[in-house]
Amino acid sequence: MFTRRALMLGAGKGVLLTGLAARMYYLQVLESDRYRTLADENRISHRLLPPPRGLVTDRFGAPLAVNRQNYHIMIVREQTPDVRRTLEILDQIIELGPNTIERVERDVARRRSFVPVTVRDNLTWDEVARVGVNAPDLPGLIIDAGRSRDYPEGPHLAHTLGYVAAVSEKELTGDPLLELPGFTIGKSGVEKVYDLALRGTAGTSQVEVNALGRVIRELEREEGDSGNTVVMTLDLELQRYANQRLSDQESASAVVMDIHTGEVLALASHPAYDPNAFTTGISHKLWNSLVNNPYAPLSNKAVNGTYAPGSTFKMCVALAGLEAGIITPGQKFFCSGHLDLGNSRFHCWKRGGHGWMNMHDSLKHSCDVYYYEISQKIGIDRIAAMAHKLGLGEDTGIDLPNERNGLIPTKDWKEIQLGKRWQGGETLIASIGQGYVLATPLQLCTMTARLASGKAVRPHLTRDHVTPEGVSSRETEEFPDLQVSRASLARIRDGMNGVTNELRGTGHRSRISAKGMEMAGKSGTSQVRRITMRERQTTGVLDNDELPWKYRDHALFVAFAPVDNPRYACSVVVEHGGGGSSVAGPIVRDLLQKAQELQSARQGISAAKLPNSAQRRSEPAQNTEDEG
Amino acid sequence: MAMSKYRIGEDPDYVPIGRRLLLLNWTLVLLIAALSGIGFAMLYSAANGSVEPWAERQMMRFGVGAALMIIIAVTDIRVWLKLAYFSYFVALVLLVGVEIKGDIGMGAQRWINLGFFQLQPSELMKISLVLALARYFHGLTVEDTGRIPLLIPPLLMVLAPAALVLRQPDLGTALLLIAGGGVIFWLAGVRVWKFALILGSALAAIPIGWQFLRDYQKNRVLTFLNPENDPLGAGYHITQSKIALGSGGLFGKGFMLGSQSHLNFLPEKQTDFIFTMLGEEFGLVGGLALLSLYALVIAYGYIIALKCRNQFGRLVAIGVTSTFFLYVFINIAMVMGLIPVVGVPLPLVSYGGTVMMTILVSFGLLMSVSIHRDIRISRQGNDDGRN
Repeated sequence: MFTRRALMLGAGKGVLLTGLAARMYYLQVLESDRYRTLADENRISHRLLPPPRGLVTDRFGAPLAVNRQNYHIMIVREQTPDVRRTLEILDQIIELGPNTIERVERDVARRRSFVPVTVRDNLTWDEVARVGVNAPDLPGLIIDAGRSRDYPEGPHLAHTLGYVAAVSEKELTGDPLLELPGFTIGKSGVEKVYDLALRGTAGTSQVEVNALGRVIRELEREEGDSGNTVVMTLDLELQRYANQRLSDQESASAVVMDIHTGEVLALASHPAYDPNAFTTGISHKLWNSLVNNPYAPLSNKAVNGTYAPGSTFKMCVALAGLEAGIITPGQKFFCSGHLDLGNSRFHCWKRGGHGWMNMHDSLKHSCDVYYYEISQKIGIDRIAAMAHKLGLGEDTGIDLPNERNGLIPTKDWKEIQLGKRWQGGETLIASIGQGYVLATPLQLCTMTARLASGKAVRPHLTRDHVTPEGVSSRETEEFPDLQVSRASLARIRDGMNGVTNELRGTGHRSRISAKGMEMAGKSGTSQVRRITMRERQTTGVLDNDELPWKYRDHALFVAFAPVDNPRYACSVVVEHGGGGSSVAGPIVRDLLQKAQELQSARQGISAAKLPNSAQRRSEPAQNTEDEG
Repeated sequence: MAMSKYRIGEDPDYVPIGRRLLLLNWTLVLLIAALSGIGFAMLYSAANGSVEPWAERQMMRFGVGAALMIIIAVTDIRVWLKLAYFSYFVALVLLVGVEIKGDIGMGAQRWINLGFFQLQPSELMKISLVLALARYFHGLTVEDTGRIPLLIPPLLMVLAPAALVLRQPDLGTALLLIAGGGVIFWLAGVRVWKFALILGSALAAIPIGWQFLRDYQKNRVLTFLNPENDPLGAGYHITQSKIALGSGGLFGKGFMLGSQSHLNFLPEKQTDFIFTMLGEEFGLVGGLALLSLYALVIAYGYIIALKCRNQFGRLVAIGVTSTFFLYVFINIAMVMGLIPVVGVPLPLVSYGGTVMMTILVSFGLLMSVSIHRDIRISRQGNDDGRN
């Protein structure tokens, strides 16, 4: 009995032990690979090493956006005998304040004892030195160097460069780099457009960690690649000058570009802000003051502001007439000071009228009635087609975010958008760049560059194509011909020459008198309010200075220079600044003159440094000489 | 022996002390030492290559325990037969004692401090229960085991201490006591249908007993039954244990190179989960080697039992062997995720003084059975066995 039962029991135990062995085989042989992976996942932690952000420089290599060493001080609980005591000693060396000490104590208590907790950010070099000297009294404190974005030019390039700031929830793309604490990305301007190229690729560090997350040792380290350097087309010196020239105005913008390459040499919008304020987190107060400022410092008016182009649009109308064969340059129209169409009377800016006007004179004197007359013959749709050819009504494709399209109305557009038929009078209003017509300063500059070069120039801000994969030259790019006859363009340029360089031209006072640097341009003064019949009859048209700021006229001026070998185009819009020729004209003159002076001063350098661009620029110049 | 009515030299079963030492099953001693040696090595590894704080103390305990084992082994089996009920009684009183003390002291204290060593009454009970049941069934004929009234006292002898340790609450020990007791019942020849009846009524009682439990008690039982409900507690332990074992593979990661163990992903690596560390560092080969050693020890226990000519000895031999087996099986099955987590250490290998003592004392009894296998003992427990 006993023996039989004992053997049964023993057999049962044997079966159970065999079961254990089978389980061991299953875990350690059959499932081994899976568990090995899991064990490595436990053991190995991948840490991202954020790459240094790429630099941004001007066309000559002057730094515009760089990375600054940023020191912060951290405390490790397990390395200090008494956290409070250590912080109190530190407080005597660098000001912390009771709030900071309290916060640090709270953070320290919540984290594991070996996790460093930031005590203070953005230490000055002086503070770093003082803490360093006192290090023996400060056990457990670590000074760590990070990187933060720095814009040495401050507000000068705020709108073009944009700024970087901490990643927000909806900007997370799954790229783990974006989830690193303290990582920043471009939020506007070039920083945003070229963010991926500037970002670089993260390095990784494989570390062995224990169950509490403490790093035991580093297994492998792979340094990342810093972001690509973005070389801008901007000329820092010209840019600074443009900012300075605009600073007298309440709200204004200016663009200077190369008419052959489309390189933007200066892009200014006033007032500006200091992008450095965003890097370390902007205060609510400062943010609110920027948002509520009536002169909109956050907006880049050169690409995001749209204005009625006023008389600067007249080149477009005249060119449309010439190209359609509807008018000839010598054909004259009589200006009596106004034109009646149906029940409406359309006034010229000159009350007494200009008398007989040909095309040259109509531009020179900016006669409105001449354009009322010819626009009726040309029609809005032909004008619109020419406007698009010159780059208006559509984005220029510049490498900046949120560029506005402006607006060039057509009959169809009105019917679709407003559900109303196009009125004849609206063509008249459009012909002097008023009414529905809207353009950005960048578009007006592009238009001027196209008139001067005869090519479908497109503006851009970087010297090369910059992508995360690398940098490739733009040299191979050649802009297509504008498909406008050279003779017609020469007529328009001749008219613009009259504006500035002939006596009694509206821009004569703003001419460049330096020999060989003369500019040809066109003024524009665009109304932002309606002048009623009653106002004309009773008080007379109010002078600009008598109106509140926001009802004053916009002052515009566009020009290219030098007149017989064009190289640069410029546009300036002064919001509610008054007369185009008196307010915007002098700024354009100064910018174009400065651009040429800088160019000749740098002749030697630029020939050596930029052989290709210099070569290309000289080629189209001959054409204009023949026709001019 | 003082109780013997024969004078020294007259007892026909008397074996001189020197001869007893020769009769001692030295192969078994060697196996036990080998298992303990593996334990020291693993504890050395668990402390990242240091005898502190575990390996050294474990060796000292083994030394004391091994000496105690040999003293017990050479002591006449009839002494243990006579002390069986007494030791059971003492263990039961101590169990009640810690229970009362635990209630008063607001804590689940399971041991009594004897100054030089902490006595855990539940450990003492594991041995005493085997002795007392063996003593009881030794006194019954095969026919007697068929009579139900005669089975009531031993049933109570099992259930009383099991209920007490269950209250502590120490489910692992309660299971060991019930299973260990059951083994003796089985060997004594209790009919299979009676086991079925007890098992059936126990299962039937579960839903009724469930009604009387409070919510927190129910939760505790549910977590015990399904550790995945508690992923950061017991479930986490089992998951990490399986990862450690599985990642060890066929030959392991090498001595002191187990990443799961040494980076602290594995909990309790020096006690309940020491087998996992062995499996991680020495792989399937190491695990099977250890399992084979255990199997050999158990086989020895059976050989001793089958060679023994008195019922008490046979029952004690298989009783202690089975307790040993249960420790091994429950622990290894637990760390491999086959059964829920219960706090049962791996005998001779896990760090812990009291369990080491219990195991060595029970091996002492096993060897005592072996040495005195030819002694005949009467049903009444007298040594005039030839009536």
